[in-house]
Amino acid sequence: MAAGRAEAEACVGQVVLPGDVLLLPARTDEERLRLGAGAGGRLLCGPGLRRCAAGLLVTKCGLLRHRQAGGAAAGGAYWVDSQQKRYVPVKGDYVIGIVTAKAGDVFKLDVGGSEQASLSYLAFEGTTKRNRPNVQVGDLIYGRFLVANKDMEPEMVCIDGNGRSSGMGIIGQDGFLFKVSLGLIRKLLAPKCEIIQELSQLYPFELVLGMNGRIWIKAKTVQQTLIIVNILEACEYMTAEQRKQALAKLSGN
Amino acid sequence: MKATPVSNCERRFLLRAIEERKRLDGRQCYDYRNVRISFGTDYGCCIVELGKTRVLGQVSCELVPPKPNRPTEGILFFNVELSPMAAPGFEPGRQSDLLVKLNRLIERCLRNSKCVDTESLCVVAGEKVWQIRLDLHVLNHDGNIIDAASIAGIVALCHFRRPDVSVQGEEVTVYTPEERDPVPLSIHHMPICVSFAFFQQGTYLLVDPSEREECVMDGVLVIAMNKHREICTIQSSGGIMLVKDQVLRCSKITAVKVAEMTELIQKALENDQKVRKEGGKFGFAESIPNQKITAFKMGSAAVDTNNVEEQAEEIIAKADPPSEVFAKPILHTPGTAQIGEGIENSWGDLEESEREEAAEEEGESEATAFECQTVETEETSTMSETKKDEPIVLSDSEEEEVVILEPQELPKKTRAPASCSRNHNRWKRRRRKESRNLSPANPLFYSDPDVNDTEYSCGPAWVSCPGFNC
Repeated sequence: MAAGRAEAEACVGQVVLPGDVLLLPARTDEERLRLGAGAGGRLLCGPGLRRCAAGLLVTKCGLLRHRQAGGAAAGGAYWVDSQQKRYVPVKGDYVIGIVTAKAGDVFKLDVGGSEQASLSYLAFEGTTKRNRPNVQVGDLIYGRFLVANKDMEPEMVCIDGNGRSSGMGIIGQDGFLFKVSLGLIRKLLAPKCEIIQELSQLYPFELVLGMNGRIWIKAKTVQQTLIIVNILEACEYMTAEQRKQALAKLSGN
Repeated sequence: MKATPVSNCERRFLLRAIEERKRLDGRQCYDYRNVRISFGTDYGCCIVELGKTRVLGQVSCELVPPKPNRPTEGILFFNVELSPMAAPGFEPGRQSDLLVKLNRLIERCLRNSKCVDTESLCVVAGEKVWQIRLDLHVLNHDGNIIDAASIAGIVALCHFRRPDVSVQGEEVTVYTPEERDPVPLSIHHMPICVSFAFFQQGTYLLVDPSEREECVMDGVLVIAMNKHREICTIQSSGGIMLVKDQVLRCSKITAVKVAEMTELIQKALENDQKVRKEGGKFGFAESIPNQKITAFKMGSAAVDTNNVEEQAEEIIAKADPPSEVFAKPILHTPGTAQIGEGIENSWGDLEESEREEAAEEEGESEATAFECQTVETEETSTMSETKKDEPIVLSDSEEEEVVILEPQELPKKTRAPASCSRNHNRWKRRRRKESRNLSPANPLFYSDPDVNDTEYSCGPAWVSCPGFNC
């Protein structure tokens, strides 16, 4: 069966299937030579897409999205919004890991992928060989991937390029960790996410979202925590109106 | 794959919740999850769903010579399999402890209780008997496989029909289903297992533990009983010490649960029988509702919501004084503040996007470490972007200001190797840009919430089923 070929712009917002080839507008030589600072240069090929001779090859089924040129996606970006629960480590992702072992200088973390990630004890802010971080087996760590490809075991760090932790590190002792699908996490991480704003009207809580589908919540009491956990798990299956109704009922209580 | 380990905070939270008599899905301590029984087109095939735990049971039969020491009895063979699709920790071909335990328990529950009459399975004494084989496949593991497997086993056995046989002198005729209707097995009673999970050295007990609760329990007590209140099997594992009246209490609870379950099973069997007799459609395909996306479906969770309202002032008054150092908080709505800058969530090439001198990034971001406490001190104006030269103040840091060293002295190990080749100018520019980057950046690839919520009602993945009820 021949794979579908279509113009990329025509398919934005529609369902694409693996094997579809999306044709990109042919660039003239003039455009190629014009590399200004900031002027649309490279087209970003996001998750679910690969470059092939004719254009973009779809590798995951989902909805095709497009972002205009300008800002971080200079030259525009295409990607496929797909839904899955199993996480595959990606370099630069911020994830929540569970410490499973301490092997000498390195912690082994479970991040939900096929391999355990490694985290050096020096990759925390303010740690030295004398001053080690206080990490026990079973603790939660929020960090980002430094190395993540299919050939090596993934490596995490809790420190950014300048040596500061910028929010990463060991997550506190209380609270609750639970797992949702990756699509819901991306929805919650979108700017001006309605769900988080509406929830914050209910009770105060602390929230850490890991791109591997893990969410850590801490609220005042066990009951409030359970309510928020259940709302977030159900947000995947509720429309916006249903969610507003549920929250209205809760705050009316 | 290895099973996901239980983190310390999950364990602590679950134990604390159990002490307050709360469960994750809002059940009471003695409540079962929803049980759903569906039958296949063949006789003897059924799927039992206990919450999200699913077990498939299949019964088949064969004519074989009997065992030498029991020439007039049929043979029963039980087999439980843990499919790798049930849980990441299950591997094919690996004989784990859990598998051995399940097999032994199902055998004791169904064979030793003599619920199936084996004498009726004899065709020609000493030569030909029926061998009934029950295969149980665990399709999804969300806790309490034992109960689901025992229900699937007994339902499949009750549902099964074997070919009719007639013996005339020396001649044995086995009729095909077309010639004569197949005959059900002779079942005396229906033993069903009920599991009790114990916590804190036997102080708290829960019926029908879910997967998370099973990970933190001390031990489990399984009682197999039938509706006549006869105990068929009782097993305690995990090394817990149980007192006599605890065991008696559990058996009383078991009697109640088994009575309900048996009623449910009878109703399911009758329904199926009726549909087949009337010539209607039956089978797994019919039990799935049409024109509906059922992959994304969640039962409503009855979470107790009493007494959770608190006034904001009370919270502030009781809250601990906030820690010393604050970044400029951003006020979203009254009662909500965001401390800390958003971190860029970008898929795809990070290097590429940073090499270009892109335009200013605008818009607010969601900080992934999000604190929503009202800030008493420093109620500053809503400032959402740091200026280039101001230091970024982190709440974890002891110092007021973080001094950024000379670029060359910074450890470069956290950047990809490609970046080491940059010259000084670009490094400086990139450092400044990075400090801007730390401030609100749109994640590069995110799903547009508006589009997701309203547009797709018949597409493959985007949702829309009622879920939450409180």
